[in-house]
Amino acid sequence: MSTTRPANDPLITLLRAALPASCVVTDPVSMKPYECDGLSAYRQMPRVVVLPETVAQVQAVMKICQQTGTAIVPRGAGTSLSGGAMPHKNGVVLSVAKLNKILQIDAEGRTARVQAGVRNLQISEAVQHLGLYYAPDPSSQIACTIGGNVAENAGGVHCLKYGLTVHNILEIRMINLEGELIRVGSSALDSPGYDLLALLTGSEGMLGIVVEVLVRLLPRPGVARVLMAAFDEIEQAGNAVASVIAAGVIPAGFEMMDRASIRASEEFASAGYPNDAEAILLCELDGTGADVTAQVEKVQKLLADSGAVDVQISGNEEQRVRFWSGRKNAFPAMGRISPDYYCMDGTIPRKELGNVLTRIYRLSKKHDLRVANVFHAGDGNLHPLILYDANQPDEFRRAEEFGGEILDLCVAVGGTITGEHGVGVEKIDRMCVQFDEHSLSQFQAVRRAFDPDGLLNPDKAVPTLARCAEFNAMHVHGGQLPHPELERF
Amino acid sequence: MPGMADKLSSSVLAAYQSKQPLDITGAGTKSFLGSAATNTKSLDVTGHRGIIEYDPAELVLVARAGTPLKAIEETLNDHGQMLGFEPPFIRDGATLGGAVATGLAGPRRAFSGGVRDFVLGATFINGKGETVTAGGKVMKNVAGFDLFRPMAGSMGTLGVLLKIALRVLPRPESELSLLLEESDERRAISRMNRWPCKTQAISAACWDGQHIRVRLSGSPAGIEHAHAHIGGEKCTDGGYWHDLNNFRLDFFQQAGHLWRINVAAVSEPFGASARQLVDWGGAQRWLKSDKPAALIRSRASELGGFADCFSADPTVSTFHPLEGGILAANRRLKTAFDPAGILNPGRLQPGF
Repeated sequence: MSTTRPANDPLITLLRAALPASCVVTDPVSMKPYECDGLSAYRQMPRVVVLPETVAQVQAVMKICQQTGTAIVPRGAGTSLSGGAMPHKNGVVLSVAKLNKILQIDAEGRTARVQAGVRNLQISEAVQHLGLYYAPDPSSQIACTIGGNVAENAGGVHCLKYGLTVHNILEIRMINLEGELIRVGSSALDSPGYDLLALLTGSEGMLGIVVEVLVRLLPRPGVARVLMAAFDEIEQAGNAVASVIAAGVIPAGFEMMDRASIRASEEFASAGYPNDAEAILLCELDGTGADVTAQVEKVQKLLADSGAVDVQISGNEEQRVRFWSGRKNAFPAMGRISPDYYCMDGTIPRKELGNVLTRIYRLSKKHDLRVANVFHAGDGNLHPLILYDANQPDEFRRAEEFGGEILDLCVAVGGTITGEHGVGVEKIDRMCVQFDEHSLSQFQAVRRAFDPDGLLNPDKAVPTLARCAEFNAMHVHGGQLPHPELERF
Repeated sequence: MPGMADKLSSSVLAAYQSKQPLDITGAGTKSFLGSAATNTKSLDVTGHRGIIEYDPAELVLVARAGTPLKAIEETLNDHGQMLGFEPPFIRDGATLGGAVATGLAGPRRAFSGGVRDFVLGATFINGKGETVTAGGKVMKNVAGFDLFRPMAGSMGTLGVLLKIALRVLPRPESELSLLLEESDERRAISRMNRWPCKTQAISAACWDGQHIRVRLSGSPAGIEHAHAHIGGEKCTDGGYWHDLNNFRLDFFQQAGHLWRINVAAVSEPFGASARQLVDWGGAQRWLKSDKPAALIRSRASELGGFADCFSADPTVSTFHPLEGGILAANRRLKTAFDPAGILNPGRLQPGF
């Protein structure tokens, strides 16, 4: 490591001329926190980290990077679970953390205009006194920024009823590679031209840097109650989810946990889950008082008819929070029973749940690694947690292989490799399994339309065809696809 | 129906190679929208029809683009479900592809979302004759760019839609329409914006100059609760919302060009002494006016919004013209899908 390098680096000289000294970080100790995001298995020290304080400074950074052909890695709070914010070794990490102001709250219009570095939960806190909140609630919502939420199209546990980030924003202001400020969308519901707002949402920082977002706010539901149902068979729990939804109920949250998750969470959080159940469902219903009472009755009957051995209903807010506490602590609970865990994020059509879980348990035996499943059952988003020990030789490699096969399975049953964590660096090769050549070429063409030289978050989210050719050569052994027994569509 | 899809992609490929502009047509119920190029060849997609997949418990329906919405609506209705965006012209034979390409949504738009909010995935033929798939058929999916969402409202200029996966909704258990007297525009807009701060039961709200009409959807108990908060007289809806959505109310029969103004729901009155019908709780304002297009558009811009002309007039572009950086970004996107500019050229904006 050379400590004199930054002083002689012409890029850093340009950046220092454009930004206050405190906004350009080059010493290795201060840059260390930026070497990875929430997916800490992938690490890379950047060339430099910049933290602009104004939109004009973001524009200046973009111009410098474009002129010098330097890669730019945008970063919010760095909570990505797919390596979306992992630095590029010759590139700039552009953090929006200092763009952290709530610019305007419109109570009657139910919107808030915020800078990209404002934290997700901060928005709901700022409008709480108005009886409003911002609906998307990724589990990292205490820390994650709205800019990162837009880049990843963040979800959460309430998506089935309240939608993803894309459904809850009206306008963004972004800086393109040329350093121009572009207003995408508006405070109206429909804007002329292509829906670039939707295209940019979930584009993983590859089409521009989001600096400002106009979000929609919703009224806080008057009442929320949770039903907790225990099942002796996982298929029964899956069928119960289908029957509730087919009956016309859209729960605010609808979660499933399997035996391994229940046991670990119960030990950790004492949420009151039955330790002997094969699966539990948590079903949250919200709305006005009378409405919720009617829905609770309906769902209780549907769950019992589907074979639930026990159904408990939260009688007060304390109990509701307690029922959720096990689910919300599922990840730290895993940390207690295993030195490391690898969290996967596929989505499947709900009807495939029993089939997919059975296969996951089979893969668990094959790779000799334990697995626990938590599942956003309402929208089909599965989070298998593969338990491993990074200190054991070979275990991480096996965990990665196991995870890859789970994702292939999700695609094979008509689902997707990522429901909410993003592709990032982690799942880029699996994109070659999910999408064909023409579709990947179209993604690349869209990318080049905004970034002809590939400077924005390079080597992530969308693989080149050359990369896929290499992956497929490695992945397909002797002309055999994984799971040749499964029908492909 | 793979034969039909192959035929369509061969037609697009041939058009790409010979630089022959195409006019993509469904049932033609919205052909009045967007300027048409003159030297085009028609590409009829109505033969590519049929529901491919529908499981009510998944809340997902996958169908070919030429499928009449009526067939989709009937199928959903049989299972107590519905399209969430209330597209117009269903009874006139409108197709799913046309509904997505035009992106028009009904009175429910402001409360449950527009076309783009319900599309989960699409397969389409790009301007090079290549068949591209983006998205999928599950609710939560962040793999790859969401190329399917910009298809909504793209007027067929990005691709020929083949297959669309939609999220669908359960039909509300019950509905109730309310009528409230209100002749002051500012107060009407303010009231329509305040109610949704307190209740989620509103599924439509409009003001016609004399009255506010509100539609409530949900459980009987939820509706009663919302009614108590909002007040007003219960009324039989008499097909009002359908007529509003299909341009059949008396308002639409008056003289003058029909303008659609998109603004923030809380925007101040449009003024310009136009006759108007304020829908979407204030976010969509229909005007009947003979005032020059430039004047109407500059007033809309002043309010931070946009004005689209829904009356066929060769001297007025349908859609509010784009400018500056956003225009350049739109052009770049168009070129990425359709480098030869053969798909419905000029239908969305001048030149594309």
